[in-house]
Amino acid sequence: MTQLADKIEDMTMSEGPAWFEDFRAAGREQHERVGFPAANDERWRFTNIGPVTKTQFGIAEAASGGDMFDHYTFGKDAGVELVFVNGFYSPELSKIETLPKGLSVNTLADAASNGHADIIRQHLGKQADLTQHPFVAINTAHLRDGAFIHLKRSTTVEAPIHLLFISIGSDQPVASHPRVLVVAEDNVEATIVESYVGEGKQYLCNAVTEVICGRDCRIDHCKLQMESVDSYHTAVMQVEIGKHTQFVSHAISIGAKISRNDLGVKLAGQASYATLNGLVLLSGSQHCDNHTMLDHASPDCPSHELYKHVLSEKSSAVFKGQILVRQIAQRTNAKQSSKSLLLSDTASMNSMPALEIYADDVKCTHGSTIGPIDDELVFYLRSRGVGFEAARHLLTYAFAADVTRRIKVVPVRRRVEDFMARQHGLPQDLRINDLGAFDEAVIR
Amino acid sequence: MPVLEIKNLHAKVAETEKQILKGVDLTMEKGQIHAIMGKNGSGKSTLCQVIAGRETYEVTEGDILFNGHSIMEMSAEERAREGVFLAFQYPVEIPGVSTSYFLKAAVNAIRIHRGEPELDAVSFIKLVKEKQKMLGIQESFMNRAVNEGFSGGEKKRNEVFQLAVVNPLLGLLDETDSGLDIDALKIVAEGINKLHEQDHERSWLVVTHYQRLLNYIVPDIVHVMIDGRIIKTGDKNLALELEEKGYDWVERDALASV
Repeated sequence: MTQLADKIEDMTMSEGPAWFEDFRAAGREQHERVGFPAANDERWRFTNIGPVTKTQFGIAEAASGGDMFDHYTFGKDAGVELVFVNGFYSPELSKIETLPKGLSVNTLADAASNGHADIIRQHLGKQADLTQHPFVAINTAHLRDGAFIHLKRSTTVEAPIHLLFISIGSDQPVASHPRVLVVAEDNVEATIVESYVGEGKQYLCNAVTEVICGRDCRIDHCKLQMESVDSYHTAVMQVEIGKHTQFVSHAISIGAKISRNDLGVKLAGQASYATLNGLVLLSGSQHCDNHTMLDHASPDCPSHELYKHVLSEKSSAVFKGQILVRQIAQRTNAKQSSKSLLLSDTASMNSMPALEIYADDVKCTHGSTIGPIDDELVFYLRSRGVGFEAARHLLTYAFAADVTRRIKVVPVRRRVEDFMARQHGLPQDLRINDLGAFDEAVIR
Repeated sequence: MPVLEIKNLHAKVAETEKQILKGVDLTMEKGQIHAIMGKNGSGKSTLCQVIAGRETYEVTEGDILFNGHSIMEMSAEERAREGVFLAFQYPVEIPGVSTSYFLKAAVNAIRIHRGEPELDAVSFIKLVKEKQKMLGIQESFMNRAVNEGFSGGEKKRNEVFQLAVVNPLLGLLDETDSGLDIDALKIVAEGINKLHEQDHERSWLVVTHYQRLLNYIVPDIVHVMIDGRIIKTGDKNLALELEEKGYDWVERDALASV
């Protein structure tokens, strides 16, 4: 057995109903069977997960969120905010007092024990397949707590629902395995934000999020990953959407030494629509791997995907964008684009579109650009008096702003803007809107 | 003191080692308009870019004096802050950056360099409105990304507008007339003339392939550039002569005099 699994049996599983143990047992079995991704596993080709698999992680203990909470809470911008520290729910930091009608938000363990057992059993583990993802198996083996969001038919929630996962690393490597389940019935509108933040030394945050949407929904999802740069972050998010539902995802990866996101959306209902936008901002020797999968399983579905990467120093990133168009999915219109700005000679990018098409009446386009900042643009700015560094920073900011400006959740957009302003020595109060209109082409 | 003095300037493309400028000599007095004419590939644009400090080119010999001081060791932004402005032949599009933001950054970088206080938002808008009025340029320019989706004419007008706001000591107009129809050309030329009339301290180096721009911007001096050298200098009548007889006779004359 691997080192991670050794620890599983020692855990005290105090939270959650007894039947969580069935899930954990299935996760353990699967993990014992397959272990970690092997070095020759194609899906992990450009990401060396060795540092994670070779580390003996203990189970994280409850801790106080402290500064991290103050820094990342949405405050009054969030309608609901569930806060977890090292995987443990913090009722003191959370805000769930006034829920709009039709919305229930709770910890997964509490919801499963009190009143929502049936719906959780019906959906948990159905989207994120533990046989497909080694890290889903590990997450499931550690199933203890997380968040459960249920949106009843015809519910509209204006303010974002914020799930804040704080990790506090210590001298001993620890791991937490948050689990999120979102069930939206028909005709629901909501914005859900997952923030993964942390500080301190090598910890692992291994999250799994499952989202099931009915028909005629509009779900906006943001994931802001600003983990400690000494940490590891692995996350699988699997979404299924029904007829006429629009799902929009913004995935921002800024932190962690090594991070890996597997984001899958199944367009299960006719004329459903998925938008996947991503922004990766790395420096030092950080590495981030985004694998996305758009599963066109119904006719008349558009999908749009735009992933942008800004890589400086020795950082590296991977983008693999899979689009599966099943035979039934006629009149699919899928557009994928990956753009990467390399700010140093030592930064590197691997971008791989992977289209698998079984229907005959489809429109699929994909494009990928990787390159340094265009010298001519820099010279243009300099010829007007703007300094060399300022010109590069401004162009980098504008490149990323193409994604940032699309983020509707203000506290998330602000945090990304502030991060870039700090990193690029731009005015702290610089807002995307100050810069003006956008598109591509900053890259040569 | 001349505003610009170019002495025996030699420059090559840094990457390919291709020699473009092969000994350019040129002297411009303050307040003058000079035109450089020449065929495609004669080195006119390269000369502009070298004066502006483009690092794509490597100066192998010679010197450029601006107001009596060599600018050879200065970066492009330092030259701009000292008062050199290059209006591009092909202005680039800068997605995601509005003209307003970019231009304010430029103006303030120049002001800081001169030890002047930065303009706040209100004073900047005032300055912009004043220049827009003078040039008859619509305001929507400011909130659009720099040149993005602009027509050729709009891009050139944006160059002249930026030039007006920055108000340099020396304006280098690199083929500002190329790709413009006659109406757009007139607007651009009128803009330059207004700037010139307003302030006779400013000097202009107009690079063009055709004589027609010089009907509107009347030069004091006309230079003819061939194969990386200025081979003939005269008054505005030289431009008319070139239009009539082409460039070949200048070339023959030059060869004959060697």
